[in-house]
Amino acid sequence: MSAPSLIAASGDSLREAFGKALATLAETRERLVALDADIAGGTGLHHFRKAHPSRFFQFGIAEQNMMAVAGGMAATGLIPVVTTFAVFCLRAVEQARLSIAYAKRNVKIVASHPGLDVGPDGGSAQALEDLAAFRAIPGMTVLSPADPHEMALATQAAVDFDGPVYMRTGRSPACSVYANGHVFRIGKGHILRDGHDVTLIACGVEVARALEAAKLLAAENISARVVNMATIKPIDADLVARCAEETGAIVTAEDHNTIGGLGGAVAEALVRARPCPVEFVGLEDVFGESGEPDELAEKYRLTAPHIAAAAKRALKRKRHG
Amino acid sequence: MSAISLAARQDQDRVHARLAAIAARTRQLAIAGIYRAGSGHPGGALSAADLLAVLYGAELNIPGGTADDPARDRFVLSKGHAAPALYAVWAAMGYVADAVPLALRRIGTASQGHPHVLDLPLSETSTGSLGQGFSVAIGMALGLRHQYVAARVYAMLGDGECQEGEVWEGAMCAAHHGLSNLCAIVDYNKLQSDDRNANIMGLEPFAAKWRAFGWHAIEIDGHDRAAILAALAEAAATHDRPTIVIAHTIKGKGVSYMEDRPLWHGSVKMKPDETRQALAELGATETDIATWMA
Repeated sequence: MSAPSLIAASGDSLREAFGKALATLAETRERLVALDADIAGGTGLHHFRKAHPSRFFQFGIAEQNMMAVAGGMAATGLIPVVTTFAVFCLRAVEQARLSIAYAKRNVKIVASHPGLDVGPDGGSAQALEDLAAFRAIPGMTVLSPADPHEMALATQAAVDFDGPVYMRTGRSPACSVYANGHVFRIGKGHILRDGHDVTLIACGVEVARALEAAKLLAAENISARVVNMATIKPIDADLVARCAEETGAIVTAEDHNTIGGLGGAVAEALVRARPCPVEFVGLEDVFGESGEPDELAEKYRLTAPHIAAAAKRALKRKRHG
Repeated sequence: MSAISLAARQDQDRVHARLAAIAARTRQLAIAGIYRAGSGHPGGALSAADLLAVLYGAELNIPGGTADDPARDRFVLSKGHAAPALYAVWAAMGYVADAVPLALRRIGTASQGHPHVLDLPLSETSTGSLGQGFSVAIGMALGLRHQYVAARVYAMLGDGECQEGEVWEGAMCAAHHGLSNLCAIVDYNKLQSDDRNANIMGLEPFAAKWRAFGWHAIEIDGHDRAAILAALAEAAATHDRPTIVIAHTIKGKGVSYMEDRPLWHGSVKMKPDETRQALAELGATETDIATWMA
């Protein structure tokens, strides 16, 4: 009987890109340590464990303790990177709040397996609330990079940033959005494709789908701008206002509940600066279910045609506004 | 009696007199602060006072009385609601001014209702949500050991706090990692917010639970300062596992009408006559009472 093949190490996933980047970054950053709750194989952290075994700390299936321990390790001058699935980060939100954010500890919380991208494990495992929960914690920076290249850059930016960070990776093989040469800055959105009728603002796996949606719209003579908003907090309010000014309609797209995540952050920024019609692509306040990520994205309206349809709704409101 | 042993005994007497004075001052300032705040938890502050006095007065190595030295010992008050006693013992040690415990819970001051490390760095971490300070202390012990710093880490937990699942996650973790530089102390006063532990969620057999989790457990009378000193010495001499000191205490210790009454656990508004009686029973001078209650 042959050994079962593990599906954890998906070569071009965001989690793998994170794990490889972290292992490399640790070579020149002695204070970097990594904390795991028995899923290093799934979070990409196995690369770090292999390269830096003495700096890899195991906590077992006990995320609340692990999260607060990270605060304590940071208090001694280390830079702890805590990793688990996004849904288990939710389990330790209060530890992240008190022992990390309130105490202003330099801890990086890296969450793999967010959203419907989790796939067949089903609704219990698909975190749709993490961006909202962590965004609401004072002083917490929240990131959701778009592709493996950006993930590596964002990992470095997070590690070198002085303060608590929550960062989403991803389980499934990720589409490539960037070639080499991309510059990642915390707090800065990035215009991937220019356009003047409507702006599609996306994060994570939805960025590639938004680019595809822009092509669909172009075929109908609609010019869509695409923004990769990899920093959910602090949101790039200037860029959001500029997009409202220059295109007059906005669609947000995220693998997350439409309440409180990227859509919420963009809408909050808009009403403060320059309101315009906004349509939200994401989970409409429902839980997910088992299925392959692509099947789920289609069923729950996260794919390019659904983003394009939302863009047309926003355009219609803009014209009739 | 030889000259040497006489000198040693005089030294010991001096230490105990000093610790008794720190404990008394800690209780007085804690009650004065709670009275002035119009809220705060007196019961658990008084039960912890002797433990805090011995820790700060004889055990912790905190050069300069500040959180500046990376090699200092750390103390984390995981039962953060005993903040009045923590601020008071710092004042008794001369680490902070009396104004710190006396400004308890006042807007715009550093004397937050629960310890906040950004306001008072000696807090070492921010507490007030039970279970978390214990985990943070474990992280400090791991971090210090990883960096070859010989400092020790102490954490004080409440008994009711040990109903939090996180405490037992931490108990497993500290034993698994063999953190002999960690000593936890439970202020086991048997009462919690609403009633006796035994009626809310029983903890017994308490020491056996910790031993089963891999800890060295010592049970003492938490108001016997010589016993506290001996237990902390035993903890420091334990090199293969973390130590838990289960300190049997009396909630409200030192104030006759508070002792062992659940009513005095919670955040209370103390009346002037109650406060005057409490401070007198705790040995405060008339001058201090008049100043603090003004």
